[in-house]
Amino acid sequence: MKILKLFLIIFLIFPIHSLKADNEVLKNKIAKNLRCLVCQGQSVYDSDSEFANSLKIVVDNKINEGLSEKQIYSYFQTKYGEWILYDPLFSKNTYFLWLLPLLIFFLGGAIIFINFKKPN
Amino acid sequence: MKNKLLPLSITFVFIIIFIIFFKGLQNTNIYTPETKTIYEVPSVSVKLFNSNEIVNTLEIFNSDKFYLLNIWSSWCVPCRKEHSILMELKKNNKLKVIGMNYKDSKENAKNFLKELGNPYDQIIFDSKGTNAIEWGAYGVPESFLINNNKIIKKYIGPLNKVSIEEIELYIK
Repeated sequence: MKILKLFLIIFLIFPIHSLKADNEVLKNKIAKNLRCLVCQGQSVYDSDSEFANSLKIVVDNKINEGLSEKQIYSYFQTKYGEWILYDPLFSKNTYFLWLLPLLIFFLGGAIIFINFKKPN
Repeated sequence: MKNKLLPLSITFVFIIIFIIFFKGLQNTNIYTPETKTIYEVPSVSVKLFNSNEIVNTLEIFNSDKFYLLNIWSSWCVPCRKEHSILMELKKNNKLKVIGMNYKDSKENAKNFLKELGNPYDQIIFDSKGTNAIEWGAYGVPESFLINNNKIIKKYIGPLNKVSIEEIELYIK
């Protein structure tokens, strides 16, 4: 009976703890991907400005409300513009930005390939 | 000809990249959010400064009048300078000035209003600074001109004579 009780206690406590830890990891991840508008160049996670500290509370509140990571990003994007995100979203304005490295990579590959093939 | 094409195209690409970066040097790298975009008043629960009552923002901005939401704090130096302008705007019957006390102690805020006058019809108490974020603000002072539940203009930094003229033009 004692063992059963012990198991029950562990079973009840463990998920809550892991949930809290998960939220903390997610909160830090989101805060690292948000730019601070006051001390520009720093992420919200790194900054200790009044604005950044309030933003961290809002991120926490939004996670507790059950919003997903994407929903939280789009929430901040509507408030402050896309600039607030370190990782710009894949949209028609950012196609070029995302695809340019790939394009350069393939172009470089093609040049190397052609040059290697030439002697034969 | 084929041998020359590759170095030529590489030089061309580098020149273009150089021009882009050189032009970029002249751009400011300080970002300020858009001030002209029209968006709806956020519907959130807020605490009132005087009564400690919790109300929804839509209850505060409910009539078709013009509202000016001003985010202020007793510790903010530019707010002090801006205060006389708010006192002047208070005289206008077509405009209601609403305050949002940002990350402040109640006592300091009360002393501030006692000293400089109270231009606000109502004050929202935002002790954690989270309400200001709902409005898309990132510092003090900031002001929002509201009509029909829509934010029509945003003023980042202290209001000045030019902004008063602009606000009066909107209200007309």
